[in-house]
Amino acid sequence: MRTGLIGKKVGMTRVFGEGGRHIPVTVIKVEECQVVAQRTNDRDGYTAVQLGVGSAKAKNTSKAMRGHFAKAKVEPKRKLVEFRVSEDAMVPLGAEIVTSHFIDGQKVDLTGTSKGKGFAGAMKRHNFGGMRATHGVSISHRAHGSTGQCQDPGKVFKGKKMAGHMGDEQVTIQNLEIVSTDDDAGLILVKGAVPGAKENWVIIQDAVKKALPKDLPMPAALRAEEAPVEEEKVEAASEEAVVEETVEAEAPVADAEDSSKENKE
Amino acid sequence: MNIIEKLEQDHVAKVMADKQIPDFRPGDTLKIDVRVVEGKRERIQAFEGVCIARASKGLNSNFTIRKLSYGEGVERVFPLYSPNVDKITVLRHGRVRRAKLYYLRGLTGKAARITERKDFHLKAKKAG
Repeated sequence: MRTGLIGKKVGMTRVFGEGGRHIPVTVIKVEECQVVAQRTNDRDGYTAVQLGVGSAKAKNTSKAMRGHFAKAKVEPKRKLVEFRVSEDAMVPLGAEIVTSHFIDGQKVDLTGTSKGKGFAGAMKRHNFGGMRATHGVSISHRAHGSTGQCQDPGKVFKGKKMAGHMGDEQVTIQNLEIVSTDDDAGLILVKGAVPGAKENWVIIQDAVKKALPKDLPMPAALRAEEAPVEEEKVEAASEEAVVEETVEAEAPVADAEDSSKENKE
Repeated sequence: MNIIEKLEQDHVAKVMADKQIPDFRPGDTLKIDVRVVEGKRERIQAFEGVCIARASKGLNSNFTIRKLSYGEGVERVFPLYSPNVDKITVLRHGRVRRAKLYYLRGLTGKAARITERKDFHLKAKKAG
């Protein structure tokens, strides 16, 4: 089980695909998705990675969270999400996962928060038919109608579909197809619509109900150029340089291995 | 720039790399070569008629062509940047005073005529 990605819904557009076929796509932006924490069998009893995305101001980040980010040596993140992964799909701390983590044509599941509709009537919320426009109906054209029987059972059954709050809830759409990805811009184009408004956080994972393609990057597609950039930063930083370099030394090795694997494939 | 706008612009540039779209307006008579796939074979089908509307909205630009086919009016909306639109040829420039020529839908024969735009060459010379 691989890790997923956190993105932000940008909006929808179209792509002319093979044979001039029009494909409606949703654009999702992934901004510096890095591993912030790991959960291991020894310590936590399960394996998972915690990913962070976006960038938050250090001054608006609580001291506790600043410490949490400092542990992984990453900048403060806007959004944190934990992904269950199998042991062989563990990603090193601080590694940045890029959008080519998902390959073109692959099926993914997307989770987002749907647009809130407020207090909605039964017609909108549960697709009830409403009542007639004429023939004596008065004031209750959009009412839900009867809610049950008579003195026996003498109550409205639990779960009866009625008016109430609609939307603003977690929604998962399964088996959407990846149309294309762009590592440099951090964009993923997914065929079809995605729950929620623009600027909404979206979680993308491998489809649970479809077999995984064989040439997927394992354990994850990591940014390769990151290592040299980070080293320069380390040199610029003064006292912490020594501490950081020891940790940094592990990450580039893992990166190099990954890229070589990808090349072979 | 907005991410979506940039994506669409890039896509338009990609489509336009190996294609030319002539300058045409509503009222012009066009011939559109459309790619049609039949089974595995691909061929070009021509659709000839009057352009009665254009919508310019980036990648989503489209235009509407109306023709009479065996006495029956046929309208087809083409996406301007679709790879299926192989080639657009302007057969005749028409002089009209509307951007959308929906009034043609109620007319046939003599009433549906559009006079030819004569100033076209003069204008082109001036511009050049």
